[in-house]
Amino acid sequence: MGYRNRVAIVGAGLTRFMRRAQETGKELCFEAARMALDAAGLRPRDVEAVVMATAPDVFDGVHMKGESLADGAGGFRKPYMRSFVGGGSGVFAVIHGWYHVASGHFDTVLVVAEEKMSSCLPHPQAAFNGIYDQFLERPLGVNLLWIFALEMNRYMQVHGIPLETIALVSVKNKKNGLDHPCAQEGIPGHYTVEEIVGSEVMVWPVTRLMVSPVTDAAAAVVMVSEQVAKRITDKPVWVKGVGWHLDSSYWTNRDLYYPKYVEYAARMAYDMAGITNPRREIDVVEAYDPFAYKELHHMEGLLLCDKGEAPRLLEKGITARDGELPVCPSGGLLGVGNPIAAAGLMKVAEIFWQLRGEAGARQVSRPVRTGLAQAWGDLMQVGTVVVLGV
Amino acid sequence: MNVSVHIRDYPGIPLKDRDIAEGRVLTTEWRVKARYAWDTGAALGRFFRGLKEGKIYGRWCPGCDRIVVPPRMFCEWCFRPTVRWVEVGDTGRVNTFSVSYVNWDASRSTVPRVPAVIELDGASPGMGIMHLLGEVGDTLEEILRRVKVGMPVRAVWKPPAERQGAITDILYFAPRPGGGE
Repeated sequence: MGYRNRVAIVGAGLTRFMRRAQETGKELCFEAARMALDAAGLRPRDVEAVVMATAPDVFDGVHMKGESLADGAGGFRKPYMRSFVGGGSGVFAVIHGWYHVASGHFDTVLVVAEEKMSSCLPHPQAAFNGIYDQFLERPLGVNLLWIFALEMNRYMQVHGIPLETIALVSVKNKKNGLDHPCAQEGIPGHYTVEEIVGSEVMVWPVTRLMVSPVTDAAAAVVMVSEQVAKRITDKPVWVKGVGWHLDSSYWTNRDLYYPKYVEYAARMAYDMAGITNPRREIDVVEAYDPFAYKELHHMEGLLLCDKGEAPRLLEKGITARDGELPVCPSGGLLGVGNPIAAAGLMKVAEIFWQLRGEAGARQVSRPVRTGLAQAWGDLMQVGTVVVLGV
Repeated sequence: MNVSVHIRDYPGIPLKDRDIAEGRVLTTEWRVKARYAWDTGAALGRFFRGLKEGKIYGRWCPGCDRIVVPPRMFCEWCFRPTVRWVEVGDTGRVNTFSVSYVNWDASRSTVPRVPAVIELDGASPGMGIMHLLGEVGDTLEEILRRVKVGMPVRAVWKPPAERQGAITDILYFAPRPGGGE
């Protein structure tokens, strides 16, 4: 792949994750963006372009939300672009930031992701209804949980995975989240498998503690060209590979047991990064975990293990923070919270902090040089992958 | 506890329900008033006319030699027009299912609903539609005992006079005894 500039991430910022924030979306964006710029040692006037990720407008009831948030994200009188692939947006925005800089158009780009889900009453779940097919699906009373429960059950049935094994993802991530200062109140914690499986059945096989919460938050990263990176930091974190891929929206015509589109996104990123054996070359992973089974499903799609093998890695403790392949050391969406677009960018920020060795109590035990962040979204059909390295 | 050892303060003011209830935080409300009338289009228009007659139609793609349901006028695989209507069966098998206690607006239901993907007989393998299962029990335990992936099912239709040309003209899919394994 030909491009002009190597691209580095040089700063990251994150607000607290909250069920309901007093701040508006603009105010949350401002806080995260300022924090990222401060961390990078850059001033707002150094920023040449801004990329914004935020999920459906209908959450906020504000149409063209990207434009409304622009001022809070520092997009005033600058080239400004919104990235939107549903849940995949947070990582997709980093991909946009990458080619803004890689193309040679810009040397310094601010990437901001925001979600304020609490405004939608009585519950933002209702807003998701507008995603589904108005002829075939909405008349049946569909909701988001239905679809994921159908996918989760298919995955369990094809591989013969017990519910108790999938619950271990919640146990691990909710425990990891205890060390995250931004974690949403009441979301991280010490739980047993029995408590996870025994929590309220929402849409079987999904129980309450196997699904991430509704969250308000913002996140930001600063992406720069090599020449800027060398001037301002001794610890640049390089974007080694990016990949994205979309599958058909005829989701009932796909076999949901395996996310092929995640595999294609991963292959694209690995090819660019020169990674031929991801199982050995990736040291730390933030796989997208809005539901417990999704972390396993995505590890398989990311080619970090064979199909149906992710549960075994989990059971052996390989994906624990002190394991050989730590997955979601941040706590992930299950342990920190799920402000849709900001959750994906939080994952990129986590890999940034892990690779710089700055993650404190969350720092993984093994030495890390290469990490991966992945998100997923649209109608269970998009995979977005970023590989970072030092 | 820090996200980065270099960062100490985290912005954000979390609110409690009582902050709003007791008026400490001000909110402004707005209710969407919007109505839509969606044209069903060439493919689903015919599909829904078929449902009114108690028939399920798919489309055949000559490029991929597959019969797709839900029908579409083009094949997203080979990106050519599909060319022929094919009546498929109103029987099929459960590809996957779930048991829902949550309504579309996240309110809870005490009566479980059983969404499923059903692969219809006569369509190409893997071509499923989403619908509901019925006559499979009233409790989670009973439903999990009676419903299996791969289970044969049949459509249970509304009486002809009540059909509207909508996906809900099929009330649900019910187990089909003697459907084989």
